[in-house]
Amino acid sequence: MTLDSLAWEALRLSLWVAVWSTLIAVPLALWVAWILARGRFRGKSLLSALVHLPLVLPPVVTGYILLTLFSPAAPAGAALDAVGLTLAFKWTGAVLAAIVMGFPLMVRAMRLAIEAVDPRLEEAAATLGASRWAVRLRVTLPLIAPGILAGAVMGFAKAMGEFGATITFVANIPGQTQTLPIAIWTALQIPGGEGAAAAMALLSCAVALGAVLASEALAARVATRIKGSQ
Amino acid sequence: MKLRLKHSYDGFALDLDLEAGSGVTAVFGRSGAGKTTTLNAIAGLLRPDEGYLEIDGTPLMDTARGLHVPPHKRRFATVFQDARLFPHLSVAQNLDFGTRYAPAGRIIARNDVIALLGLAPLLARAPATLSGGEKQRVALGRALLSGPRMLLMDEPLASLDAARKDEILPYLEQLRDGALRLPILYVSHALDEITRLADRLVVLRNGQVAAQGPLRDVMTDPAAVPLLGVREAGAVLTATVHSHADDGLSTLAISGGTLELMGVKASVGARVRLRILAQDVTLSRDMPLGISALNVLRVSVHAVHTGTGPGALVTLNAGDDRLLARVTRRAIANLDLHSGSACYAILKSSAMSPRSIGR
Repeated sequence: MTLDSLAWEALRLSLWVAVWSTLIAVPLALWVAWILARGRFRGKSLLSALVHLPLVLPPVVTGYILLTLFSPAAPAGAALDAVGLTLAFKWTGAVLAAIVMGFPLMVRAMRLAIEAVDPRLEEAAATLGASRWAVRLRVTLPLIAPGILAGAVMGFAKAMGEFGATITFVANIPGQTQTLPIAIWTALQIPGGEGAAAAMALLSCAVALGAVLASEALAARVATRIKGSQ
Repeated sequence: MKLRLKHSYDGFALDLDLEAGSGVTAVFGRSGAGKTTTLNAIAGLLRPDEGYLEIDGTPLMDTARGLHVPPHKRRFATVFQDARLFPHLSVAQNLDFGTRYAPAGRIIARNDVIALLGLAPLLARAPATLSGGEKQRVALGRALLSGPRMLLMDEPLASLDAARKDEILPYLEQLRDGALRLPILYVSHALDEITRLADRLVVLRNGQVAAQGPLRDVMTDPAAVPLLGVREAGAVLTATVHSHADDGLSTLAISGGTLELMGVKASVGARVRLRILAQDVTLSRDMPLGISALNVLRVSVHAVHTGTGPGALVTLNAGDDRLLARVTRRAIANLDLHSGSACYAILKSSAMSPRSIGR
């Protein structure tokens, strides 16, 4: 059982895609989680449904939608192409697919953390002289930080494992869009590729397990922090 | 501070007009009288339907003009019943939370606050490890260090047992009498706290101000007795500690004579507050002889108030002080008491618990 250069390349690409998608998705997910937790506006349930859609849609369908929207022939894809950001069949497209697929998980973790914050603590901070933004920065953010990290870990793990939407949207190009799960699938298509597939599968399990354990530990910290508020 | 407020919520209507000056203004009322809503409107945490608020002539809220100064600019640091310490910060960090927002002229020295409230041993602790009384002391310190214009306290002792209350009350008395001269609005449904702390009393009932004025006047106003509760009504007066005897009794001088009381901890010469419940005062036309009660004051009847029930309230002049006695209508008739009658007020030493003696 050997790991050839293609497998290492797939792992490197997967990590690269996961890091980028997590970095981009965290601030966006935090913003959406905030307005879902605290906002009162028309269309809130529609926004919530839209965010959660990739969780229930077949990933192939999500990938197909992305392809329709962001292929160089589509207006959005053409516009991004013009500014030098090509998505279709590029690693950048794999990042977008990972963001969309991981977004519901991230938003959920962050929203729960925000909803668990006692607004009376924020009121107390305001009477002590802290402005709205100071309250968010010095009270709310530290209290939800473990939830943000937990969401980031979930999003990262999802990005590492994303298959259906990615292969539909950006295909299977070694070194460009062939992430670890796609490489495993490819190895299984080749006679005699079972050894490489098994090795990569173990690698994938290790990364996923680490991510879930980290997420659990962080979630437990949120609970104890917020319980201590009385 | 002047406040006018109209606000409806959950089928309850609040409509009031109240004033608070320097010193401690207590807002008293049963639960559901609108106390917390009033305090939240003052703090800026609630936008009332209609309202006007000013302090030292500066308007902070005026719904007619659409003025609503946000809480952080009002600088009414609030001490809540549930302390609301920040769980992710240590005691020291909690204390320092508001200091950076304190206006230059209003910064209170950190060491003074730590000494006043006895917080030094707690500084490194996490809020979750503190007892209820300790949490309230930290919350009070945190409020003081934010350089507030006025301190708002919402039932700060209600979640504490009697022993913890006694731990905090002296700190509050020190705060009132100390050099800070910080006005305090103290919301409570406990008259024992109010009579020890307040200079001014506002009584809320069903969302309206039922009585307000200097504490001593409201406490001896027969019209306010039903609002306060007949067992809770009684005079509040100031006494000077004259001497402590070996048998545990202390002699205190009031304007109308002297009292022998138990459990007085204040040193000789100190001025203390006494609360004398109306139901603990017995009246006699003649100088009583051969009785166990040690305190007999020569008083004159100011007025007799009878209602439809069997009870009656008698206001008494004892020197410059006003006492309140609760007796029966039959006793009024038997003793032929009326305005101007001379009589004796009898008070058992044990009737005064140390908890009703403040400083």
